[in-house]
Amino acid sequence: MQAQEIYEKLKAEFGDAIIEFNAEPFFDPFVRVTTDKLFDICLELRDTPEFDFDYLACLSGMDYKENLGVVYHLYSIKLKHSFVVKVTVSKENPVVPSVERIWRTADWHEREAYDMMGIQFEGHHNLIRILCPYDWEGFPLRKDYVQPDEYHGMKVPY
Amino acid sequence: MSETKKVEFEYSQIDSERMRLNVGPQHPSTHGVLRLEVELDGEIVTEVVPHIGYLHRCFEKHAEKMTYPQVIPYIDRMDYISAMNNEWPYVMGIEKLMGIEVPEKVEYIRVIFAELNRIANHQIAIATFGLDAGAFTPFLYLFRDREFILTVFEKASGGRLLYNYYWVGGLAADVHKEFKEDVLSIVKQVRETNKEIADLLIYNKIFIERVANVGILPADVAINYGCSGPVVRGSGLPFDLRKDAPYSIYDRFDFDVVIGHGEVGTVGDCFDRNIVRFHEMEQSCRIIEQAIEQMPMDGDVREKLPKKIRPPKGEIYTKAENPKGELGFYIVSNGTDKPERIKSRGTSFVNLSVLPEISKGYLFADLIMILGSVDIVLGEVDR
Repeated sequence: MQAQEIYEKLKAEFGDAIIEFNAEPFFDPFVRVTTDKLFDICLELRDTPEFDFDYLACLSGMDYKENLGVVYHLYSIKLKHSFVVKVTVSKENPVVPSVERIWRTADWHEREAYDMMGIQFEGHHNLIRILCPYDWEGFPLRKDYVQPDEYHGMKVPY
Repeated sequence: MSETKKVEFEYSQIDSERMRLNVGPQHPSTHGVLRLEVELDGEIVTEVVPHIGYLHRCFEKHAEKMTYPQVIPYIDRMDYISAMNNEWPYVMGIEKLMGIEVPEKVEYIRVIFAELNRIANHQIAIATFGLDAGAFTPFLYLFRDREFILTVFEKASGGRLLYNYYWVGGLAADVHKEFKEDVLSIVKQVRETNKEIADLLIYNKIFIERVANVGILPADVAINYGCSGPVVRGSGLPFDLRKDAPYSIYDRFDFDVVIGHGEVGTVGDCFDRNIVRFHEMEQSCRIIEQAIEQMPMDGDVREKLPKKIRPPKGEIYTKAENPKGELGFYIVSNGTDKPERIKSRGTSFVNLSVLPEISKGYLFADLIMILGSVDIVLGEVDR
């Protein structure tokens, strides 16, 4: 199914929760949705037979300078089509509902996004750091990140 | 004469609490610096918690400070067993953004090198898997053969492990004159060795006893965990990006997607994941033979290299079938010569996340086999 059709079907179902649809050149077509309806939309995308997005290919935490975001790259193994869903959250209150219960693969992806970007995934069963040490401070992939001078007595900049 | 005292044990008095054990981070069977926190009930695994990040170098942060071509050597170091395959989706994505058409010859060389590297990767995977089970001889045979492949890579790129060979719009250098003969002799050698490996290891009774019916991964669980490559194909699902979302020139070749059938046990066990790798080497040989036949020998591999690599503002998710599964890059360009953000979907990272699910309830010794059958490279898990 084409991204345009998926967007129209979602728009009919969820209305205002779909903020924008972008199919400009140089972009994979994506929809931007509100965080409060994200879980329902994802569930709809997975469970409706005509969408059948059973495979979460990639989940990326993003830093858009003014705010943060999460990008979901979905793929359907049976129907062989793909789709992109985006959410944006403010830096002061970066809370996104977790989709871990929909795609179990989101477990580690969300931990990585939390580790690198500091995005809080509400409903995640074990949201702890995954790549950095458990007691690391700060979120390295944020654009305004300043690395610490030392970690447990070891010099960090080399 | 003293009377011997009779000591009596009550079964309930024996200390039988569960034990937590650390495997790694420095242990041969963890295939790198991986720490598994294992909870054991006697010898039965009740819980596995992987602790990763020992090799973390935040490649994504580095990439934001580099120009696009400078990122390629970093990508080599992700899955350092199959570096050629790693570079491919990355350069493919930028080529798509910039609208570069790659010359025919380049496409063929890329396919041949990617498939050769797939063979080399599977050789290591099977060799170390056998080593985990205690089979040392196949390891030596397979590593000897891998050297021939690395020699061809060395002649083309100068490197034996990390190549920086696939460039945006072309290749770093042309192949040598006897390239075709060299590759065909490798294919012949691989096939000969595989016959021996089938007898020595794959269909060896002792080995089958060790891997059949161990670590069973049902297909729906595999999809839900985002597994790809031989891990999901071993569960009987023919999911291969070379067929499902053909990129480059893969639609020109005739090859089969190998899946696990539960030959000696249940579909989706360690044996199936291993046999998929074994048969995939033969399929790669078929692709290489066809590509060698069709490949034009004249043409310049550097003619389409752009002077300035400055993709337009935009973003793309690009993926390719790596030996270990789907490797994806989410590249966000802001119109300058440096990427705004690169997120890599590490294949091993995702495949490893299924380990706690499939190793519960098996013996501790089986956990080592299950980990080996998933085939991870920690450079890619930690990035």
